[in-house]
Amino acid sequence: MTEMVYGTLSVRENEPILPRWWRTVDGWALSSVFLLFAIGLLLGLAASPPLAARNGLEPFHYVQRQAIFGGMALVAMLVLSMMSPRAVRRIGVFGFVLAFAALALLPAFGTDFGKGAVRWFSLGFAAVQPSEFLKPGFVIMAAWLLAAGLEINGPPGRTWSLILTLVIVGLLAIQPDFGQATLFLFGWGVMYFVAGAPFLLLTGLAGLVLFGGMFAYENSEHFARRIDGFLSAEVDPTTQIGYAANAIREGGLFGVGVGEGQVKWSLPDAHTDFIIAVAAEEYGMVLIVLIIALYAVIVLSSLWRLIRERDPFIRLAGTGLVTVFGVQALVNMGVAVRLLPAKGMTLPFVSYGGSSLIAMGIVMGMLFALTRSRPQGELGDHFRPVGAGR
Amino acid sequence: MIRMPLRPLARVLDARARGENPDAIERENIRRRHYEMHDRFRRRSEGRILLLGAFFLAAFAAVGARLGALALSEPREPRTASAAGVGIVAQRADIVDRRGRILATNIGTYSLYAQPPLMVDKAAAAQALAGIFPDLDERDLLSKFSGKRKFLWVRKKLSPEQMQAVHDIGDPGLLFGPREMRLYPNGRLAAHVLGGASFGREGVSAAEVIGVAGVERALDDTLRDPANGGRPLALSLDLTVQAATRRVLEGGMKLMNARGATAVLMDVHTGEVIALVSLPDFDPNDRPRRSLGGDPADNPLFNRAVQGVYELGSTYKIFAAAQALDLGLASPDTMIDTRGPLRWGRYRIRDFHDYGDRLSLTDVIVKSSNVGIARVAQQIGAGRQQAFLKSLGLFEPLPLEMVEAKGSRPLLPAKWSEISTMTVSYGHGISASPVHLAAAYATLVNGGTRVRPTLLRQDGPQQGERVVTPETSRQIRHMLRQVVVRGTASFGEVAGYEVGGKTGTADKPKPTGGYYDDKVIATFASIFPASDPRYVLVVTLDEPVETSGPKPRRTAGWTAVPVAAEIIRRVAPLLDLRPRIEPLRPPAVTLTGN
Repeated sequence: MTEMVYGTLSVRENEPILPRWWRTVDGWALSSVFLLFAIGLLLGLAASPPLAARNGLEPFHYVQRQAIFGGMALVAMLVLSMMSPRAVRRIGVFGFVLAFAALALLPAFGTDFGKGAVRWFSLGFAAVQPSEFLKPGFVIMAAWLLAAGLEINGPPGRTWSLILTLVIVGLLAIQPDFGQATLFLFGWGVMYFVAGAPFLLLTGLAGLVLFGGMFAYENSEHFARRIDGFLSAEVDPTTQIGYAANAIREGGLFGVGVGEGQVKWSLPDAHTDFIIAVAAEEYGMVLIVLIIALYAVIVLSSLWRLIRERDPFIRLAGTGLVTVFGVQALVNMGVAVRLLPAKGMTLPFVSYGGSSLIAMGIVMGMLFALTRSRPQGELGDHFRPVGAGR
Repeated sequence: MIRMPLRPLARVLDARARGENPDAIERENIRRRHYEMHDRFRRRSEGRILLLGAFFLAAFAAVGARLGALALSEPREPRTASAAGVGIVAQRADIVDRRGRILATNIGTYSLYAQPPLMVDKAAAAQALAGIFPDLDERDLLSKFSGKRKFLWVRKKLSPEQMQAVHDIGDPGLLFGPREMRLYPNGRLAAHVLGGASFGREGVSAAEVIGVAGVERALDDTLRDPANGGRPLALSLDLTVQAATRRVLEGGMKLMNARGATAVLMDVHTGEVIALVSLPDFDPNDRPRRSLGGDPADNPLFNRAVQGVYELGSTYKIFAAAQALDLGLASPDTMIDTRGPLRWGRYRIRDFHDYGDRLSLTDVIVKSSNVGIARVAQQIGAGRQQAFLKSLGLFEPLPLEMVEAKGSRPLLPAKWSEISTMTVSYGHGISASPVHLAAAYATLVNGGTRVRPTLLRQDGPQQGERVVTPETSRQIRHMLRQVVVRGTASFGEVAGYEVGGKTGTADKPKPTGGYYDDKVIATFASIFPASDPRYVLVVTLDEPVETSGPKPRRTAGWTAVPVAAEIIRRVAPLLDLRPRIEPLRPPAVTLTGN
């Protein structure tokens, strides 16, 4: 059949999987993810030797582990991205049940590795952080419930997904991990917003979050100390943020040179939460701008594809996944440049960390599966400018 | 909106007639409606997703902009913002006397602290430190250096020699922090007024100097207030007068074998305390620790002039006399019945000597007759007496600018009965501090307006409320002068300065109740020059004994008065008082003839 209109997608019967995947996947975003992972490895070469030296390991031990985990993450991502939205939904819901159970069992079987928050299961060779794996499953589950709620004769999906979110937030708050809890709350809020939440309710919700934050400030010393550190005008140069800000200043536009950085020796979290500071010091602002641009490309390109999506579940799940991914990147970088109070969040695909890497691989794999180009019905769509409203 | 039923009856009937499943119609309708809904939802979401995209774009741009601002700014020397360093204002204002001479100032010195993780040879360092500072224990130091601590203070202040010696140890873990320390260059002079200072919050690079007693503590906020710009605090004290007073008093205390002594010199118009000495005293540069146990009055930190609340004896008689004059109950020449003993219930009031049947009011004061003044007090009555003493400030703690002033609350009779009225009139059963007494005398003799004592330099006389009439004030001055001229304080005469005053010798109360026979508080409250008083001087000796005669003498006339006279002789010229010398007889004209 002739393609009558530019841009329409032909549905070809019995097309092999790989060519069809290649034809329909979001190439821009995919390339960006690979680039980010490569940058992450490069930075790992700079940032992790001090940690390896402290733990008595060979210098590039952590880079090797990162490469192995990264390989697993990329495979998971590619496999997931080849699936149909229906399969993604099934896997997501199944994964959600598993991860949720793991999260609920944390207080009984988890460990805190001496960091004051019970967030991990120790498996001997690696530590698993269930809240990372819960993210993709949660987004799929909540999107499914919200989408089902929009159907005729559907279940009350909104209420159910809200209850689910609050339970998860509660579980995270007792760890305590207010950063992740906020991320889940925000992710659900965005999905609800896209699903058509009334604006009045959204402002109310924002107020509630503010109130909750103030409550946490009053009642959690851990939380209050971080906020205080952020609000004080002077940076204490002996804190992580102080080191990070100093490193960024030292780096300037083009950096002090590969391997010349100093901040990685003084920052305990140089390879995870503050990797951006290491990057800024050694490679300068140029690399950071590139990293920011890559994240922006991933987020915006995915959103652009989701705008045209007709299926509510795909649209909601897609925006949810993009939000989780984008917000995590934003918070991590925002902390490093002192736009946000210190919050332990990894930089997706760049920071060291098995759980986070694989979980982000799953998130992006699902996102790519959902953003693949597929026929969207009416011919009239192509004559109507996007975003023209109702 | 037209609502389309999901199961239109006509079509359902139609389908049934044809033998088809009518549910298929409903499913088809739902599918169609979903399609429309999805279209509608998508249109609604489009704008919202665009908004989300805009939010992300803006957020990434903000991070980028902030990063640019940070990366392109110049690296600055990091400023300490740790909790220890925040807001330590090191500069403390100087304290000067009324002529601007320094009483308290700061000097730069160093503190010594150790960071054991940086130390090279802990054992050698501990040994060397114990050698430099004999009060440090080597083993104790070594255990501290070897423990888990990463930081510890070793000494708060170092002399330059000590600092060099520590420097010569050469251990990188021994470090110096700059310090400002309080210095009192005059040593013991005015120690009780100044109090002392010590370190408050301490950081490596600075430490707070806070007052611990006296003016330093009471005006701590003012001294540390950066808004004052380090402007020195001017006290009312005069350094030279203070030095002379202290010197004479110390000699007098030894001569009179007294346990302690105090002298207060006050300006009668302004209430300024020109000199305030309490012996024994201490060096505020090396303030002794508060001693526990023992009589607090023997502690050198005890400020007798302010905290020493004593029964001041006959010096109170002038208050009853002044009130009687002011109320018009008596004139200076009114004759008072002085036949003793005066019985009141089970009490007897008697005089030191028998002064005969009657004395004029002036002579009651001059001879210090207890019986006479008690009769005057009876006429005045308890209510009026209390109101009058209260108006002289004898009921409240002193308003002085030092923390110890809170401890100067006078002791009053629990129940002000008529016998209390009588004993209070000659200064028994009521206690107040020497500064109280000085202020009350100043009030009476300055023309009759209330004076409140102060330690800060004043610009002009106090405009206090009127307590007695100027005429009463004049009569009082005359009476006080007569006490020196022909009464109990005859040793108080200082040529040219017209000293007036009133003695008081009070038996010391026993802690167990009752009074000692052989322990007194001897007080001389003096004014000079009596015709137009400028100053009040109160000298109080604690347990004086004058042993030059055949019998030990303890009365104020033999003990406190000569000491006070010597102080006045020394101090009056320093206060720019010109002695009034009787004019020489005009040369007579002698006729000479030749």
